[in-house]
Amino acid sequence: MDEPLTDNRPLRILIADDSDSDRLILKTLLRRLGHEVEDAANGMEALDIFRKSAPDIVLLDALMPVMDGMEAARHIKVLAGERLVPLIFLTSLSDADALARCLEAGGDDFLTKPYSRIIIEAKINAFNRMRLMHRTLSHHRDLIRERNRKLLEEQEIAKRVFDNVAHTGCLDAPNIRYHASPMSIFNGDVLFACPRPAGGMQILIGDFTGHGLPAAIGAMPVAEIFYGMTSKGFSGSDVLREINQKLGRILPTGMFCCAAMIQADFHLNQLQIWNGGLPDGVLLRKNGARENIVSHHLPLGVLGTARFDAGMKIFQTEPGDTLLMMTDGVMEAENQQGEMYGEQRLARSLNEAGQGDSPFETVMAGIRAFTGNQPEQDDLTLFSLGMVEEGELAGVSERLPQSALEGPAEWHCVYEVQDRTLGQFSPLPLLLHICMEVPGLRRKSGEIYTLLSELYTNALEHGVLGLCSDWKATPDGFGQYYAERERRLGDVAGHFIRFTLTHTMTDRGGRLAIVCEDSGSGFDYRKESSAAGSECRYSGRGLMLLRKLGHSLNYREHGTRAEIVYDWHFSEVATREGSTIQQPGGWS
Amino acid sequence: MTDKPHLDEEALAELQDVMEDEFDVLINTYINDSSDRIAHLRAALEKSDADSFAKSAHSFKGSCINIGAPRLGELCFQAEKAGIDNRLEKAGAMLDAIENEFRQVEGTLRRFLE
Repeated sequence: MDEPLTDNRPLRILIADDSDSDRLILKTLLRRLGHEVEDAANGMEALDIFRKSAPDIVLLDALMPVMDGMEAARHIKVLAGERLVPLIFLTSLSDADALARCLEAGGDDFLTKPYSRIIIEAKINAFNRMRLMHRTLSHHRDLIRERNRKLLEEQEIAKRVFDNVAHTGCLDAPNIRYHASPMSIFNGDVLFACPRPAGGMQILIGDFTGHGLPAAIGAMPVAEIFYGMTSKGFSGSDVLREINQKLGRILPTGMFCCAAMIQADFHLNQLQIWNGGLPDGVLLRKNGARENIVSHHLPLGVLGTARFDAGMKIFQTEPGDTLLMMTDGVMEAENQQGEMYGEQRLARSLNEAGQGDSPFETVMAGIRAFTGNQPEQDDLTLFSLGMVEEGELAGVSERLPQSALEGPAEWHCVYEVQDRTLGQFSPLPLLLHICMEVPGLRRKSGEIYTLLSELYTNALEHGVLGLCSDWKATPDGFGQYYAERERRLGDVAGHFIRFTLTHTMTDRGGRLAIVCEDSGSGFDYRKESSAAGSECRYSGRGLMLLRKLGHSLNYREHGTRAEIVYDWHFSEVATREGSTIQQPGGWS
Repeated sequence: MTDKPHLDEEALAELQDVMEDEFDVLINTYINDSSDRIAHLRAALEKSDADSFAKSAHSFKGSCINIGAPRLGELCFQAEKAGIDNRLEKAGAMLDAIENEFRQVEGTLRRFLE
């Protein structure tokens, strides 16, 4: 079996015939043709030789004493297994039935007596060609089988790596329902969800052109960027820009990713959505009204950074509203007649749904009823997000990805944003990132982010821009406030906001001191403080939150310098490790 | 009876060509073999074993055809058929004819060797 595939070596031929003279003739004939011959006088002897020498071709007399040719043929075929050993019957039989029985017993051909040297040579050569071809095919089949086994093994490992990188994040949150086809072989759809450090969550649903490994490779950086940036506090737009740029660089022409980014804020109860090439999403209001979330953008990975528009559309929502997003596998799900499910059937399913029915279940049931017993298409992803009260999601943001590194303990840094950059750039993700290097602070990312964010907003809007949050008390004033904010941001030359962060270790944990200074003329923080008690949703919570979260909050220099000391304890970090239940802080 | 020749000269010449030095070994083997087969046939006939008679005749037929003794092969074929049909009443006469024909073939072959 280890012989080379193309060989001119002599063949090993076994002959079995009970007639000594016939055997002698055949043996001599074959030796003259250059082959190695072993001979047996009956079937039993033939089997013994076959076991020992594994000949290439066997010539068998049909009628022999002890064991006849037919029986020997059956045994030889079994012994040969997958190897093709041509078996030629030597016969002076003239009876058609007897000849047919020889073939049924596993014979491949006959040689009739008297032997003709020319016919014998031609048959031996023909069967040798067949034998070699069979061996080549078997060899290729074994190679393919082995390659396939390796490929499956590699896919299995790749899938494990992929599942670790492109994990499902917080898709198990109580307000999320989804159907993603099993990823036994990667299907090109992605669905990621990640809590935002400031609260709420960000979701990416996407559909790569193509399937299999190329799509999986494209999906890996998308997952990395999505989870990495979202957990550091970057907005949906920032994440989209980064993913678009990355995909544009790594994907070959003609390959891209239809996707939608959803940034859900359960505090303001609003959704920000960007749809690039996915089917229309549907926003189902609690009162039954429906709004389509139409794609206004090209898929990710198509446009260059300069032309890419990452602007997200804002939808005000209420608890009880539901957002449905899907990949085109939903629209293209086929029934037995080859028809597609399509937008109209989707709308009909939703129309027929009763009050209180889950839109997700309604659509899934609609698709199942439509496709019947069709094997499920492999790229069907349906996702639903229920808008809820912020409190119902307590604990979700506790599970931001953790690093195993020890991280820095004693450090100090100053970061100052100046001039027109004040209006263009948010230093918050960077500052949060610096703080998150401290393992003990990672579980607190939401609180740290809120502290930084409130300090920055106060410093910018009330300090640098000199805006008064009282305006935000009325709807008219709210608009005026933001218009004025925009106007004043155009004129911030010479201004700055400076963050000074200092982290030290204490006996019981660590202490993060945050100082935020701005170049404004100060503001009446006492007045702000009292306003915080009112029910004004968009403005008043700032200082109150700071006091609630910080160990201590002090304003100095007429309000242009805010100081917060935030203490964390080892015990909290330890008890929270692996826990998803948010505990009220014991550090205030 | 048969009108086939006792010996096929052409076939024998080809065998001589193939066997070269071993031609006489082949002829001697054939002659010894055939004597054994005739003895087998005789024994089968005495036991009235039609099946054994047919098988021996069949094998004998094959080696006769191969060696180039067609008339003897044809006689063996008749005997084989008689054995298969279980008609052994004429088999004694057939066996005598086979033995006679074999003596003749044997004599000619021996001369061939000289």
